[in-house]
Amino acid sequence: MLSWLRSIWIVFTHMFRKRETVQYPEEKPYLAPRYRGRIILSRDPDGGERCVACYLCAVACPVDCISLQATEDEQGRRYPEFFRINFSRCIYCGLCEEACPTYAIQLTPDFEMGEYDRTNLVYEKENLLISGEGKYPGYHYYKVAGLSIGGKDKGEAENEEEPIDVHSLIP
Amino acid sequence: MITTAYSIISTIGILLAAVTIAAGNIWIERRLLALWQDRYGPNRAGPFGLLQVVADMIKIFTKEDWIPPFADKTVFVIAPGIIMVTVLMSFVVVPVAPGIGVVDMNIGLLFFLAMSSMGAYSLVLGAWASNNKYSLLGGMRGAAQMISYEVFLGLSLLGVVALSGTFNLREIVEAQRGMWNVIPQFVGFIVFLIAGVAESHRLPLDIPEAESELIAGFHSEYSGMKFGMFFVGEYLGVTLISAMITTLFFGGWLGPVLPPVVWFLIKTFAFIIFFVLLRASLPRPRYDQLLSYGWKVMLPLALLNLVVTGGIMLAVS
Repeated sequence: MLSWLRSIWIVFTHMFRKRETVQYPEEKPYLAPRYRGRIILSRDPDGGERCVACYLCAVACPVDCISLQATEDEQGRRYPEFFRINFSRCIYCGLCEEACPTYAIQLTPDFEMGEYDRTNLVYEKENLLISGEGKYPGYHYYKVAGLSIGGKDKGEAENEEEPIDVHSLIP
Repeated sequence: MITTAYSIISTIGILLAAVTIAAGNIWIERRLLALWQDRYGPNRAGPFGLLQVVADMIKIFTKEDWIPPFADKTVFVIAPGIIMVTVLMSFVVVPVAPGIGVVDMNIGLLFFLAMSSMGAYSLVLGAWASNNKYSLLGGMRGAAQMISYEVFLGLSLLGVVALSGTFNLREIVEAQRGMWNVIPQFVGFIVFLIAGVAESHRLPLDIPEAESELIAGFHSEYSGMKFGMFFVGEYLGVTLISAMITTLFFGGWLGPVLPPVVWFLIKTFAFIIFFVLLRASLPRPRYDQLLSYGWKVMLPLALLNLVVTGGIMLAVS
C-alpha cells in the first residue's frame, strides 16, 4: 500500500524533470560524423569523378539498389556512363562505401530525403555527385594507382618506382 | 414557460459540457501522461496541441465502421450506445452549482448508482455480440469486476448518507458547509475512489480491456465511431466519478471567493488529473488479485466504516 503511494509520488515528481523529447523540425538531433545517411559520389582534388565504375558497390549492395554502366574516356579513364541509386530500396548499410576502392561512394549524415512521389527517390549521377572530396581530402586515385592512362605513364604515380625492364639481366 | 426554456437550456448545456470535457480528457490525458513520462505529448496541432482532439475526432469519424460478419449485428450496434446513455443519464443528477443542474432528485444518489451499474451491460453485450474469445473474456471479467466493486461502491457512500441524512445530492453538498465529508469519511472516500476507478474501468483496474493480455478486451472487434463511443463513454465515466467524488466528499460547489461553478470544475478536474496520475504510475493487478482484494479488503473496510460511523453518530446523539 505504501509502495503504491511512493510510486505515485515518484511519477508525480517526473513532472519537473528534463524532457527526453527532441523537438525535431526546430531542434535537430546530433548526428555522428560516421552516421550513415544519404549516399553521395565525391570528386578528386582536380574536380574529376573519383568513381572508376568497377561495379564493386553494386555487387556489395544487399538490396541491389545501385545500378551503373562503365565506360571509358579518350584518355583511358574509366567512369560511369550512368550511376543510379534507388533510395526507396536503399537500407543505408554502408557496404557500398566499404567496397569502394577509390573512396568515391560515401554516406553522409543527412536523412531528410522525404518525397511525395516515389519515383523522385531514384537519384541519378547528377543528383549524387557533389563538388567536394568528402571524407578523404587530397586523395586522387589515378595519382596513386599504377595504372597507365593518358598523360600519366607507368612509374609516374606518387611513390611509384620505375617499371622493371623484364628483358634486361642487370638487377 | 420560462422554467421550461431554462431547463431545456441547462439540459443541453450540461450535455454539451459533459461531452466536451470527455473529449478534452483525451488531450488532458495524453499531455499529462507525457508530462509524467518525461515527454511533451501532442503539442503540434493548435495552441498546446489543443486541436489534437479535433484531429482525433475527424480521424475516428472518417474511419471505416466495420461490423464483423460473425457478430450479432443488432446487439453489436446497440452496445456502445448503452455506455454513453447510462453515463450521460447519471449526469442528470450531478449538482454543478446552485440553480445549475438538470433535475433535483430526492433519490439522486441511488439514481447515480443504478445508472452506473447499467454501464456493465454495455461491456457484456458488446463482448458477447463480438463473438470473439478475447472479447468474451474481457466482458466476463468486466461483469465480475462490476458486480464485486458495485457492492462497496454503494456501501462506501452510506456513511455520507448517514451523516447528511439524505439521498439528495444538493442537500448532501449543503450539509458539507461546515466540514467536507472527506474528513469524517476518509475511509469511505478511499473505498469510493478505488471502486470508482474500477467502475469506470480505468487503469490500473482496466481488467476488461487489458491491452497487453486481451488485445483491448471487450472492444477489440469495434472500429470507427462505435469504438469512439466506448472511448468517450470511458472518459465520461471518469468525469462522472470525479464529479461525484467532488460532490460527495469535497463539498461540491462550496468554496470561498470564486463562483460555485468554478469551484466545482476545479475540484472535478483535480480528480480527473489524479485518475491520469494513477494510470501513469500503477501496474495492473492480476484478475484474481483484483477480485480477492475487492471482497476480502475493500468490502470489510466499507462495512466497518459504516458500522463505526453509525456507532459514533448514535453515541453523539
